[in-house]
This record gives sequence, structure tokens and C-alpha cells, in this order.
Amino acid sequence: MVSRTLSRLGATGLAAVAALGLLAGCGKGGGGGSAGGGDNGSLTLWTHNAGNAKELAADQQVVDDFNKSQSQYKVTVQSFPQDSYNQSVTAAAASKKLPCILDVDGPNVPNWAWAGYLSPLTGMDDTLSKFLPSVVGKYQDKTYSFGHYDVALAMYARPSTLQAAKIRVPSIDKPWTAAEFASGLKALKATGKYPVVLDLATGNTGEWWPYAYSPFLQSFGGDLINRSDYKSADGALNGDKAVAWATWFRSLVTDGYTPLKSSADPEADFLNGKSAILYNGSWGAEQARAKLGKDVVFVPPPDFGSGPKIGGGSWQWAVSSGCGNQDGAMAFMKFLAQDKYVASISEAAGTIPATDAAAAMVKGYEPGGDNDIFRQFSKKFAEVRPPTPGYPFIATEFTKTSQDILNGADPKQALDKAVSDIDANQKSNNYFA
Amino acid sequence: MTAHVAENIGRHSALAVGRRASAGRTVGGYALRIVLCLVFGLPLLFMILSSFKPDLEIFADVGSVRAFLPVGHLTLDNYTGVFDRVPFWQFLFNSVLISVVTVALGLVVNSMAAYALGRLRFRGRKVILAVILATLIVPFEVLALPLLWWVNKLPWLDANGFSLGWLDTYQVQILPFVANAFSIFLFYQYFDSIPKELDEAAVVDGAGFFRIYRTIVMPLSGPAIATVAILTFLPAWNSYLWPLMVVQSENLRPVMVGIDYFKQLNVSWGQIMAYATMITVPVLALFIAFQRAFINSIASSGVKG
Repeated sequence: MVSRTLSRLGATGLAAVAALGLLAGCGKGGGGGSAGGGDNGSLTLWTHNAGNAKELAADQQVVDDFNKSQSQYKVTVQSFPQDSYNQSVTAAAASKKLPCILDVDGPNVPNWAWAGYLSPLTGMDDTLSKFLPSVVGKYQDKTYSFGHYDVALAMYARPSTLQAAKIRVPSIDKPWTAAEFASGLKALKATGKYPVVLDLATGNTGEWWPYAYSPFLQSFGGDLINRSDYKSADGALNGDKAVAWATWFRSLVTDGYTPLKSSADPEADFLNGKSAILYNGSWGAEQARAKLGKDVVFVPPPDFGSGPKIGGGSWQWAVSSGCGNQDGAMAFMKFLAQDKYVASISEAAGTIPATDAAAAMVKGYEPGGDNDIFRQFSKKFAEVRPPTPGYPFIATEFTKTSQDILNGADPKQALDKAVSDIDANQKSNNYFA
Repeated sequence: MTAHVAENIGRHSALAVGRRASAGRTVGGYALRIVLCLVFGLPLLFMILSSFKPDLEIFADVGSVRAFLPVGHLTLDNYTGVFDRVPFWQFLFNSVLISVVTVALGLVVNSMAAYALGRLRFRGRKVILAVILATLIVPFEVLALPLLWWVNKLPWLDANGFSLGWLDTYQVQILPFVANAFSIFLFYQYFDSIPKELDEAAVVDGAGFFRIYRTIVMPLSGPAIATVAILTFLPAWNSYLWPLMVVQSENLRPVMVGIDYFKQLNVSWGQIMAYATMITVPVLALFIAFQRAFINSIASSGVKG
């Protein structure tokens, strides 16, 4: 009996080898060999949109249109899930298998350009001058990428909630001051109706922390690094203004306004009435309107002294330096930059169109439209994250430090430590010269 | 008389105390088991029930007992949403193929390696075994990048002819995980418990090394085979980091990478729960079906944890 089982096992092993051999033939992906080398006019495009059917379809439409518009080049789309896209790209770069065209998250552009993954975009300056500045990826005076859209952060609130607590509804021209914001939070807490007064989505991880919270730091007058030469964070991240930001940030927890860790879906909590004010991106606006109708407003973050600030820069398109057909890749990039595609892709993504002409084509983003407010926020308040190759390290350091501060670390000591680490990293990389 | 009564009372009270202690231990044991069941079972129950609820309801129920009850607006929308978003059957096929082939090849290769190290006499076998065991302390994350470099250089010959580099293929998800130090060690340890007199008798009868391996040693190693099969299957099924690094085409991705498809700007938690249920339930059903064999094999091969 056991012997028969063993024979079966042996046979299974042999069958497995045979199956593997057969499948290896039919199971080879499009990215095998030269991933997107551009040989014979074929170009591969990587996007982070796997699982996002609408945006992926819009990307595919551009590619189909481009392939039909000429016969010299043929672009093929490969989609990856957003959450693990960067790992896939860096692994491909390590094995020299990057595709010709790829999308890249805005803050990573300087690092990938410095690492030699990307080649500069040439002959597009006129076209890109019409795009929002926050969607054009630059490093050392060269343009490496552009995006079809941006996203904007805002405070979500119910007008009925604000009115009941006698809080003014702020506008783009007259945002809350720091004092107004503080008294507003106090008034909302006094109502006793909300388990969470201000939900900053502190349960989110990764890039959310620098994207969402460094604008508060900038509004206080601090920054992640000195932007004059990008060599040191001393003074910017540990000066008096930065310490004031850190002290305020921690006070949100000690005053009982903000949880140390928000739930996995703060937007659902806001819509369910568990929180009074939600700090969220423009991507959640449609769902909020669908649930709350007219009883929701999107207002700018408070002005803590240097004006309201929000993060800028979203997904952008770039050409890899290893692409064997730069001409074909650039032809595609120019085709991609047309307003109609800016409109179709941003509409599919539910994000802010990067050009005025495209905004006029997307319902809700036309001047005076429901979502135009986010576009105005982007134009007026967006601050790009520091365009230095050291940004990924700075982002990690800022995240760690902010979490420590929120948990009760001494603000000055924590910020001094972050500055020391960031400066050491910049120096050890020879300031990315 | 008084002493006798006192002795009886003492004996009875000692018995009663003993009984009470025994009952206490039983109750404590059951309580501990119930707590353990809840710790491990409730997340699964939450996952399955949440897969039938809309996103907003999932979060409205969190923090109350409703999260663990099939109440509210129950719907199959999350399941239909999964099929709209992910090529589920393709991913499932890939994971089954990768896991089954890895297990089958792993059983053959690792048992042969263990047999050679345990039964054949040659100089340096102890050193080889020590080196193999030493690799157990190196986590995969450390090896991932060098391995990526290697597989990118390796040749391959198949129906399409000769090619260089294994990236974006099935074999790159299988072959690096066939040879496994822990599996070799398990087989080695188990083979050691099989009397060598059996080998000697077979040699007298004219059997060679391979015949002894195939007809004597392996037939007596059922528990070890079952243990290695299960311990190889689970990491193969749960594989995530490596496919992210080496697979670029959607039609070659395994199920675990599919989870990332739902983490967009607006995370679809209900669909994540539905997808997680769909990829967990088959493994869970398999485990329940083979529960007894699995526990027996673990117990008899001396592997715990």
C-alpha cells in the first residue's frame, strides 16, 4: 500500500517536472527577456493601476490610440498593484529589466533620477508649462516626469455640525487661524457627540505621514529640509517653529481630540458620524457627497502662521534610462500629454486634472464645479515634497519621528535626532552630487 | 472511635479537595481552550462575516458584538466585486500549480538529499549537513536580492528554445524553493530512526542504494512525508515578496499578490475580506480534512511550532 503511494509520489514528482517544463513554455510573461527594451519598436509600459479598472481602462485607451495613430511603435501595458509597485520597480531596476515607460509616485522622481533609472524628458517644456507645477517631476533643473492629475488634502466637516458648535465655516480666502481651529476643536469636544473630534487618519502608514503631516509643519514655518541647498535639515526641522508644530501635534492627543491610532477606515467613521472633522484627500469627496448630500464641506487646512499648506504631487509618467528606443518612448510621452488624455485619465481616477483645458472637460472640475475647490487648493496651497534624492530617507525619518512625538517623545529631542540622522544620510551620500 | 471518625473525615475531605482540584483543573482547561478558540477563531469569523457586509457597515459594527454576527444588510456584492477587480481563477490556478509542483519536487529532492547524508558513507557528509543546517539561520529577505541577481542570469531550455534569465516565469517561483534545509533535516532525523538492519538485509538481497531508498526507507517515512508536504505547501501558498520581485505579468501572479489589488486610494475592505475568505477557505478545508493526519505526523516526527 505504502509502496504504491510511493510509486505515485515518484510519478507525481516526475509529472511535476514535466508539467513545469511544459508550463515554462506557455507561462512566460510579456516581461521576460528584455522587459521593455524597445527592440523592434515594441515598448512596454508599467502602471500602478492593477485592480483599478477605470483608470487602467483609461491608460489602455491612450495606448490603443497611440498604437493606431502610427505604425512605427507598439506600446504594451503591464499593470501592477499600487501597494507593492515600488518594490516591483526597484527589483526590476536591480535586474536591469525596467520597461521603457513607467509611472512613478511624484516624491520618488528625484531619487529614481539620481539612481539612474530615469532619463530626462526633452522637448516638452512648452507643453508641460500648462500643467500644475506640482505634477511635473524635476531634479537638478531637468524634467523627468509629468502627471495627468494631482490630489488635494482638505478638512471634511458637516456644516450642521459646525453650526451647532458655533464654528465658522472657513473658505479658501479665509481659512481657520490657529486660534480659531483650537477653539473649534474645544467646542466640538464639549458637545460630547463625537468619539473622535479630529480624525487625522493616524492609522495610515507609509507615505501618508510625510504627505499629510509635513504640510502642517510647513504651515508653522518649518520644513523637512533646508530647500536652499538640500544639504541639511538643521533649523528647518528642529527650529522653534518645528518644535511649535511638534508640541501642537502631540497636544491633539493629550487634549483628547485625535486618537493615537485611527481606525482602518477613518472615512467610514466620518460618514458614520463617529468623527466631527476628517482630514482626507480629494479622492473621498464623491463618496462623502453620495452619503451626506449637501451636509458636507471641504475646507482648507488651518493657517498656522505661514498660510495653509497641502502636499502636492501624485503619480507621474517617466521614461527609463535603459530604454533602447528613446525616440519611441518620447513620441509616446508627447502623445500622452494631450489635454483630452489628461481629462480622461483624471476623470477615471477621480482626481484633479492637471491642466485648465482638461479641467474644463471633466464634470465637477470646471470652474465653479463641485470639485473645483480641490483644484483651487492645489493651485494655492500645494507644496511639493523636497525634490532631493534623499527624500525617501527623510520621509521614513519624519514618519518615525512624528509617531514618536505623537506617542509622547520630547519634541525638541526627537526632532534633533531626526535632523542628525537626515544630515548624516545626506552627507554619507555626498549630498547626492 | 474518635480517631477512626477523624481519619475518615480527613480521607473524605482530602478526596473532596482532590475532586475539587481535579474539577478546577478541568474547568480551567476548558476555559483555556475556549479562550484559545476565540483568539484564533474570531478573526476568521470576522473576516467571513465582513465579506458579506458593505464597507460602511463593517466599520459601523466594529467595536460591538455585531461585528461577529450575520446581521445588517448582508450581500454578495463584495464577491462579485472581487471577480470584477481580480482575475481570481488565474491567480488561484497559479498558486495551486506553484504550490503543488514545489511540494512534489521538494519531497523527491529533499528526501534524496537526506537519504544520501544519513545512509551513504562518504567523507565530509557531517560537514555538508552542518552547512545545510546553518543556512536555516539566514532569513529569506537577506537572500532575496542575490537570488534575484542569480535567477536573472540562469539559462533555460523549453519548447520555445534557449533563453537567458528566469524572470517572469513559473519556474522562478518554484525551483528556488524546492531544496529546503528544514525539509532535509526532517527527513534526515526521521530516516535515522529507521533501523539500519533493514538496509543491510536488503543489500544481502542485492538491492542498491536507490532501491533501498525507494522500497524500504520511503515507505516507512509516511509521517515525515506528510509533515514536509504541509510545511512546504504553506509558504508556497503564502508566497508574497518573491513574486512581487520576479513576476511582471498578471497571468503569472499568485493569490497573495492579489490582495494588493484592493488597496487603492479608497480601500475596499469588504472586497478584501471576500478575497481573503476565498483564498483562505480552500486551505482551511484542506487542513480540516487532513487534520488528524497532520497532527499525527507532527507528533510522530517530533516537530512542533
